[in-house]
Amino acid sequence: MSTATRQMEARVARPPGREAFDVQRVRADFPILAQTINGRPLVYLDNAATSQKPRAVIEAISGYYSGYNANIHRGVHALSIQATDAYERTRAKVRQFIGAAWPAEIIFTRSTTESINLVAQTYGRSKLGPGDEIVISAMEHHSNIVPWQILCGQTGAVLRVAPVDDAGDLIIDEYARLLNERTKLVAMAHVSNALGTILPVHQIIEAAHRRGIPVLLDGAQAVPHLRVDVRALDCDFYTFSGHKMFGPTGVGVLYGKRSLLETLPPYQGGGEMIKSVTFAKTIYNDLPHRFEAGTPDIAAVVSLGAAVDYLSDLGFEAIEAYEADLLAYGTEALAAAPKVRLIGTARDKVAVLSFVVEGVHAHDVGTILDQDGIAVRTGHHCAQPVMDRFGVPATVRASLAFYNTREEIDALVESLNKVVEVFG
Amino acid sequence: MSDIRDLYQELILDHSKRPRNRRPLPGADRQADGYNPLCGDRVTVFLDLENDRVKEVTFEGSGCAISTASASLMTESLKGRTLAEAKALFKRFHGLVTGEVVETEEGPGLGKLEVFSGVCQYPARVKCATLAWHTLKAALEHRHEEVTTE
Repeated sequence: MSTATRQMEARVARPPGREAFDVQRVRADFPILAQTINGRPLVYLDNAATSQKPRAVIEAISGYYSGYNANIHRGVHALSIQATDAYERTRAKVRQFIGAAWPAEIIFTRSTTESINLVAQTYGRSKLGPGDEIVISAMEHHSNIVPWQILCGQTGAVLRVAPVDDAGDLIIDEYARLLNERTKLVAMAHVSNALGTILPVHQIIEAAHRRGIPVLLDGAQAVPHLRVDVRALDCDFYTFSGHKMFGPTGVGVLYGKRSLLETLPPYQGGGEMIKSVTFAKTIYNDLPHRFEAGTPDIAAVVSLGAAVDYLSDLGFEAIEAYEADLLAYGTEALAAAPKVRLIGTARDKVAVLSFVVEGVHAHDVGTILDQDGIAVRTGHHCAQPVMDRFGVPATVRASLAFYNTREEIDALVESLNKVVEVFG
Repeated sequence: MSDIRDLYQELILDHSKRPRNRRPLPGADRQADGYNPLCGDRVTVFLDLENDRVKEVTFEGSGCAISTASASLMTESLKGRTLAEAKALFKRFHGLVTGEVVETEEGPGLGKLEVFSGVCQYPARVKCATLAWHTLKAALEHRHEEVTTE
């Protein structure tokens, strides 16, 4: 029997719509994964910091620069039209990807960080005053803390923090108790970057909306792992980054409900965000361009479209099932490893394994793992309040993606045994 | 590929587990705080001087094995040194862990501090090894703002 026939029969044998997840085929799409580090195969477990890029994304970047590099929304010439089309096609893809109603609700920014700052400086500056409150959780990334602190300094508003329990779950009752007539915004992670906790976003949004409070979700760590549907969630703002979802650095997304975005003042002034400018009066552009001043990172936006296509082709059903298996395997393996203590054991998690090795600082662990070709993040993960909550200065974080394997988790555990050996 | 034991030599492991002179020095003549924002390591160095000499030197703080051992061995190497000798040691130590050749014949040799020679193979860890020393330098120079490795 020929290989082709065998493959075809194998395909036919599977139940319809349940293609087995072929991790080796997926890995072959990511050129960077085929290398060795310190003589060992690269084991890349730092996906929550940034994910690797499939060939389709890399080719989309070079395809733009070698084929149709031109500024967008400006020229009448062929390349500018082609670039504008590709840019706007990505907007349409992102709209569909997160289930937004209108392309105008998708604003391209530099990053999740900029998306949150944009909301703080437009919604926040125009709607908040002294004594008003913003509610966040105790497990936010610094980028969902500091923009609100800046806003509080500017407006006299106050930041309130909903606590987290010992497992790393949001204490939802305490959160609900924080909401009151002064609360003007809830800003929460969809998924915690340091712990992997999936927050109960439906409950969070429902409780806030009962009081008419809008909700921003920081989805940077959710979008690479979960199907996100902003209309089903009914969130008012949703933010994420291209580079954590297998796309390029340099582009982030802000989704906002159209009815809300239309009431906001501009963010940055400049080209693109205007309809007409005279020294007497400037008329701002329509959504979404009103919030996209200046020439954006066109190559990044265009190749983000390729990342969206790639994820859509794999399908979140398959991704979520595969990663759930990896997480269960990894959790069990680390729980059994000597001196390892998991930090963050929430009921609902994405495949993030944050842990400490008793008696050994995270940086020393990281150096020894690196020696074995294993890339993890060590430190406070830009979430110092979370570290304080769990009483550790730093953790080691192995954050997985769908291209990771059980064998890689075995390699991690083997290297952790070496850590214990060196440090006794 | 270098062996991980070149970095984590026995003496370093020993000082990281049982750091010497890790205690505050009440009423110290000089004191400075150091912070490595990258990993959250913190150290405070206390100095008591007698004339031109380091009469007593201690540290407090928490950090990785490299930074703790470095602070511990630093205090051992400094006791009884003149201020000029301490500054010369800083230079030599810095040269050792960054892999830069230091053209100086003056002052004392590195002695036990040579155990950090493996650090230069691990660029990400140089700041761990130098945090206590930069903090010492700030204390010697009477600088009061927190030293950071960034």
